[in-house]
Amino acid sequence: MRARIAVAVVATVVLVGVAVGFAWLSGGARPAAAPSAAPPGAASMGASAARVPAGPGVLARGTADGPEYGRLVVAGPGGRDVLDLSCVRAYAAGGTGVCLREEVDAPGSYETVVFDADLRQTWSSPFAGVPSRARVSASGRMVSWTVFVQGDSYAGTGGFSTRSGVLDTRTGTVVGTLESFAVTLDGRPYEAADVNFWGITFAADDNRFYATMSTGGRPYLVEGDFAARRVRTLRENVECPSLSPDGTRLAFKKPRPGGTWRLAVLDLATMSETPLAETRDVDDQPAWLDDRTVMYGVARDARHADVWAVPADGGGRPRLLVPDAESPAPLR
Amino acid sequence: MYLSTARVAPVPRADGPIRRLLSGNVLALGMVSLVTDVSAEMVTAVLPAYLVLGLHFSMVQYGMVDGLYAGMTALFRLGGGYAADRWRLRKAVAGFGYGLSALARLGLLAAGPSAAGIGGALAADRIGKGLRTPPRDALITLSVPAPLLGRAFGVHRTMDGVGAFLGPLAALGVLALAGSGQAFSAVFVASFCAAALGVLLLVLFVRDRREPVPRAERRTWSPPWRLLGAAGFRRVWLAAVLLGLVTVGDGFVYLLLQRREDLPIMWFPLLAVGTNLAYLLLATPMGWLADRVGRGTTVMVGCAALLSVYALLATGGGTIPLILLLYGTFYAATDGVLMACAGPVVPERWRTSGMAVVQTGQALAYLVSSTAFGTVWQVWGASAACWAAACGAALALPLCGRWLR
Repeated sequence: MRARIAVAVVATVVLVGVAVGFAWLSGGARPAAAPSAAPPGAASMGASAARVPAGPGVLARGTADGPEYGRLVVAGPGGRDVLDLSCVRAYAAGGTGVCLREEVDAPGSYETVVFDADLRQTWSSPFAGVPSRARVSASGRMVSWTVFVQGDSYAGTGGFSTRSGVLDTRTGTVVGTLESFAVTLDGRPYEAADVNFWGITFAADDNRFYATMSTGGRPYLVEGDFAARRVRTLRENVECPSLSPDGTRLAFKKPRPGGTWRLAVLDLATMSETPLAETRDVDDQPAWLDDRTVMYGVARDARHADVWAVPADGGGRPRLLVPDAESPAPLR
Repeated sequence: MYLSTARVAPVPRADGPIRRLLSGNVLALGMVSLVTDVSAEMVTAVLPAYLVLGLHFSMVQYGMVDGLYAGMTALFRLGGGYAADRWRLRKAVAGFGYGLSALARLGLLAAGPSAAGIGGALAADRIGKGLRTPPRDALITLSVPAPLLGRAFGVHRTMDGVGAFLGPLAALGVLALAGSGQAFSAVFVASFCAAALGVLLLVLFVRDRREPVPRAERRTWSPPWRLLGAAGFRRVWLAAVLLGLVTVGDGFVYLLLQRREDLPIMWFPLLAVGTNLAYLLLATPMGWLADRVGRGTTVMVGCAALLSVYALLATGGGTIPLILLLYGTFYAATDGVLMACAGPVVPERWRTSGMAVVQTGQALAYLVSSTAFGTVWQVWGASAACWAAACGAALALPLCGRWLR
């Protein structure tokens, strides 16, 4: 018996040692670029830019290995600037930026941070989940985000669900999840436990918005009224809508069989869909470079991606816009 | 020394010293479950972030990876239970299950970005869980005299709950040590180490009684569900199925709480933590109560707690801590107690199969009820769904009391 206890004690010490040692080494093996984890607004840190350069250009998350990895970059006519801000997902418009990132002091926990052109943090809130989408209305007033949360079932049958939140930066109103909004489905009031929202885009009045709502396994395009706290379905099979600058069209990803997506544009006046010339599988909320061009990230592998652009009229061909980047936002 | 006590045949006795209970096989199995749950919950805590941020999986892919295995687990559970009984291999089957889950952690590491690889590793983990649970519970029933079974399961479930409680904290600790929320491989390695320790503790300290298989019996095929022919066992099984049918799922309960109180999303995971805390604190007292006042009565207490949860959700009454306490009470008063009921009504020879049949019945009933609850919610609204569930619990209360007497 004594021998068994000795074996157990030794094994425990060894296994704990292996676990701790491995964690320690994997920490030590990271590139020394960790200072990018400093909060926005901290003292300027050397070479990289401490404010968002003036447009035109594209703000995105850099994925080039080395010190740039995970930090925001701005690709413009003058080259590529690396900003002092690391995000998992980001967007900016109208002088307001949103950054979903890992909390500085708590690895594995995430927060939404709103920042201004000087990369100063103006608002932040932690969330339980994994960052997925982020968007700012053209005026810079309405900030929205989507996170994945673990299946709502402790028993493990739930899989994933999503939560989408909105911040009105003018009034300070925060809606933690659109699930609290009233739903009208095909013209009738609707209630269900499995209602999920993702991929919000706001119109120019900063009240009307579009988003994806899923229920019963089907993704719907919904149009929402933020002040009235309600949404209504418009159409099926539209995910991650993105409103064009002129407000007439939605770029979106259309689900295909087998869990892949094809980019398309929906004309809101005629409700006609146009598939875009990009034929690869794109899992992204697209953004509009201008009224004629849609841009989006395409993953090269688990860590690297490129931003591509394609004409919004269905013609032309995709072109590489910003190499080694994802989560693009136009700076005008 | 306690190894010898585990070998003593369970002589029914009115009572025995608690020390004996806490120092036997039950404690060893409890420790195995504790470290294994730490291991499992570490992975659960980081899996969404790993799949989405680490591997750029989409939600659809995750759903496919996640959704396939409920039926498969049931098959392995019944098959493993049968094998464990047929060849008197309870410890070996349990050990194989624990070992398979441990290897699945390394499989996650080795799979890299391959969706098939990840799916395979998760499937292996679930098969392991399906294989190990019935022989583990059967070993508990064979380790203590029948009058002490409630306490034995209570102690075991408390230790199990402690592991589930510590797992996410351990994962955060590993991430903090590595200084990055992306240090998934460090979490998987730590999780493997914990799981390996669980297997080792099982091998070193858990004892099985290896009575010889009678020669005459070797060629007979006795499917596990034949046990349902015995009235005593059938009653316990019916109670288990009924309990599965009135459990609508934690996901729904937490979602209703979150919406009702407009709880900040940040707090959502704490609902599960609160329930688990109540469960692990109450499991042992409830087991003791079951031995004292009767197992059927204790399960009735659990049904009453569940009934209150549904009624409070339907009416909007009560506070979150109260509802979580009641919900944890329901689990504490039913989960281990039900296994304590199942043990004595199955011949020792087919104990593992009996456990597997009861657990499978409950799990499949639960799948039915959670689907039905979602449908009722969608058609008649959340409040109606809660009232329907409350009616179910009200029906289950006297029936379980009668069947488990």
